[in-house]
Amino acid sequence: MGWLNFIIESLAFGATFIYGSTGEIITEKSGNLNLGIPGIMCMGGAGGCLVLNYIGKSNMNPILIVLLGILCSFAASAVMGVIYSFMTVTLRCNQNVTGLAMTTFGVGLAWTIMAKLQQTKYLNTPKKYYRFPFSQNVTKWQEMGLDSMQKLGVMFFLAIIIAVLASFLLYRTKVGLNLRAVGENPATADAVGINVTRYKYIATCIGSGIAGLGGFYYIIDFSGSGEAYKSLEAYGWLSIALVIFALWRPHLTIVGSTVFGILFSCSSYITNISWIRTTMATKPLLRMLPYIVTIIVLVVTSIRNKKENQPPASLGLSYFREDR
Amino acid sequence: MEKNVAIQMKNISKAFGSKVANSHVDLTVCRGEILAVLGENGCGKTSLMNMLAGIYFPDEGQIFVDGKEVVIASPKDAFDHKIGMIHQHFKLVDIFTAAENIVLGIDEEGRYNINDVNSRVSAIADKYGFHIDPKKKIYDMSVSEKQTVEIIKVLYRGADILILDEPTAVLTPQETTRLFAVLRAMKADGKSIIIITHKLHEVLSISDRVAVLRAGTHIATVDTASTNESELTEMMVGKKVVLNIDRAEPKNPEPRLVVKNIRSVDEDGNEVLKGISFTANAGEILGIAGIAGSGQRELLETIAGLHPSNVGDVIFHSPKKNKPVSYFHKSYEKVLELSKENKFHYENGERVDFTGMRRKDIKKLVNDEKVLFDEDELIDLRDKTPLQIRELGVRLSFVPEDRLGMGLVGNMDITDNMMLRSYRKGDSIFVNRQKPKALAEDIVSSLEVSTPGLSTPVRKLSGGNVQKVLVGREIALSPKVLMAAYPVRGLDINSSYLIYNLLNKQKENGVAVIFVGEDLDVLLGLCDRIMVLNSGKITGILDGRTATKEEIGFLMTKTDGMGEEKHE
Repeated sequence: MGWLNFIIESLAFGATFIYGSTGEIITEKSGNLNLGIPGIMCMGGAGGCLVLNYIGKSNMNPILIVLLGILCSFAASAVMGVIYSFMTVTLRCNQNVTGLAMTTFGVGLAWTIMAKLQQTKYLNTPKKYYRFPFSQNVTKWQEMGLDSMQKLGVMFFLAIIIAVLASFLLYRTKVGLNLRAVGENPATADAVGINVTRYKYIATCIGSGIAGLGGFYYIIDFSGSGEAYKSLEAYGWLSIALVIFALWRPHLTIVGSTVFGILFSCSSYITNISWIRTTMATKPLLRMLPYIVTIIVLVVTSIRNKKENQPPASLGLSYFREDR
Repeated sequence: MEKNVAIQMKNISKAFGSKVANSHVDLTVCRGEILAVLGENGCGKTSLMNMLAGIYFPDEGQIFVDGKEVVIASPKDAFDHKIGMIHQHFKLVDIFTAAENIVLGIDEEGRYNINDVNSRVSAIADKYGFHIDPKKKIYDMSVSEKQTVEIIKVLYRGADILILDEPTAVLTPQETTRLFAVLRAMKADGKSIIIITHKLHEVLSISDRVAVLRAGTHIATVDTASTNESELTEMMVGKKVVLNIDRAEPKNPEPRLVVKNIRSVDEDGNEVLKGISFTANAGEILGIAGIAGSGQRELLETIAGLHPSNVGDVIFHSPKKNKPVSYFHKSYEKVLELSKENKFHYENGERVDFTGMRRKDIKKLVNDEKVLFDEDELIDLRDKTPLQIRELGVRLSFVPEDRLGMGLVGNMDITDNMMLRSYRKGDSIFVNRQKPKALAEDIVSSLEVSTPGLSTPVRKLSGGNVQKVLVGREIALSPKVLMAAYPVRGLDINSSYLIYNLLNKQKENGVAVIFVGEDLDVLLGLCDRIMVLNSGKITGILDGRTATKEEIGFLMTKTDGMGEEKHE
């Protein structure tokens, strides 16, 4: 059952991307191309760890501690979303430049914060509070050869729920319809009385908040190591690539994240297989796989040229009513 | 006819900057009637209606709905007063279905259920005789279907007063007939309909009353039954204003550009040029008149090599008779080929025969300008790119309508913009800025361009100065054909006259000038001949000295007489 174990492991790893890309999809559907996701994910991680650093060792109810961590992670990254929205929507700055600035700023600030924190404190909350009782049945899973089932915890299922909910919201509700209209054609949305600015702000903030949870999940839940925050930036970029892979449909990020998770971790997995001669040099090459797959998906979707699979039509453009 | 007044506009004025769009307009619309608002381009029809729809806010005047004064500050306010406008450019989200577009932005109680919406859309469509599939995506729709979606969108929101901005501009005659049937059904249902148009026959066939606007003022509102085409045309175009433009008699005009049966389609696959044939003569200004969007832009772009055309010919008559052959535009092989076709003679009239001569000697003869053309050269320009056209040695200048979009690069300065036309000439990998700079200086001083300096980005100049820079650059190429689309749009009187004089000077120099204009007085005062375009076809070519405004106005708005009436 080694391969199933491997897929479950990839799934657990992929939840990081589910958060990141679901957040980015919600943002992009409002017409904002937020390239600040790597920085936002780092800030989400740092924000959550910051509060755990103070309450992690307290006598507080551990479930409350976990909840507070999630909440602060969400808040820290939503603040990044507010800054981004203010720059791009209110001041109508260039979205790409602003996004890249947010990444640089977010990564730098997050690393500074993380360096000041003590991992013994923020990693102190027992793992079991992030897990469901069924996944704690270690011996049973080991018997079945599915060790990685232990890794599927509260935040993993939260990621799945958020992705499915986001799809439902976007494609099955009035609010979703309005939001998609804002991203496709803000002038049309404006003409029918939709508050374009408000939709852009709220979508960007909520999207950033969700993306930030990915950072928190990766540091605290999936890896549980004090060095984990250093890989987050790369995963942020991967999440943005995944948006294209998932064709702007949040529920597809679940599939996409698993594929990305598999592609990403197969570099270390393959090196363990004896009959494939791998050297240290092939590892970076294997790490390119997710990005190559993204390029292939881009090529395929643009060849098929189905309008529904294209990015929102006004993605990356500022909207100003008096422009005609 | 006793009817309730639905909307009354009193003393409405609106200005954009110094440009007055409407001044002191009064208008009333009754319940259950179709009012046509008639006028030329830019007479303020659309801006007047935009004030009802909440897009613009009037500077002055009052609007009454059902006798009560109201303030309409946004499209939402307009909807609250049950006023809905169908714009000329549809506001639809391409990847949504018809129903999704219709329901967009409405705050309704209860759960959002697209199936409910679909059936309600179908119900509205059935009521008035529309044909629509609510589940169809907009990008799969024809223009007429999109328009239907827009109309249903307005009806779905409960509008009682519908404003349609040039609804038939994009429709085929059959679709127009269908639309008119729907409008009549809505009228019978007690709705008020305002239709903005400049097509006289439509006014006569659909409306109950006509309000005529001219230059932002309300001329008259008359009952359709008691008027006729010529009366309406006269109200629409007004009396002739004599402009003081010098117009010299054309000196020995000879064909320079012969366009034969050009046909072309736009991006949506609609035919925009339906078999255009005309000749532009050297030393003459050919005016092109027509309602905006009758194919003027496509025609010029087709000639300039920017718009594809799969049928027809654009033949440039290159005045080469008795002029020396040069290698500048002809390769050695081409010269050899033409000499075999016996197209050259020597200065003394002797035939040119290269047979048996060495390459070096032939080259010498040509370089010494000893070999002369027998006849003018005919060059086919169709489906050539602008670069190919230039490489063929055809000096064709084009002053496009969109000055900062197609003509100049806004962020570059005057010198750099001059260089756009000449940078290919250099042999070195570095650009030579001296000549363009001299040219820029020359244009700035001779055309009195007011600019802080040559290094100012062009976009910072005023409209008139931008136009001077563009026209100056195109004229500096000493063109054989000069095409100018709306060259005086947005210019003040003095700049306009400067442009007229420049065009006249080109004409005197033997250039074939093609001038697309919108002001009929200018066309009549400037052009030697006036060609009238009407929905992609030529409806007449008139003599600029004898034609009248009414004649042109009639040709601009008439239809073939086929189509419409037959289908009804």
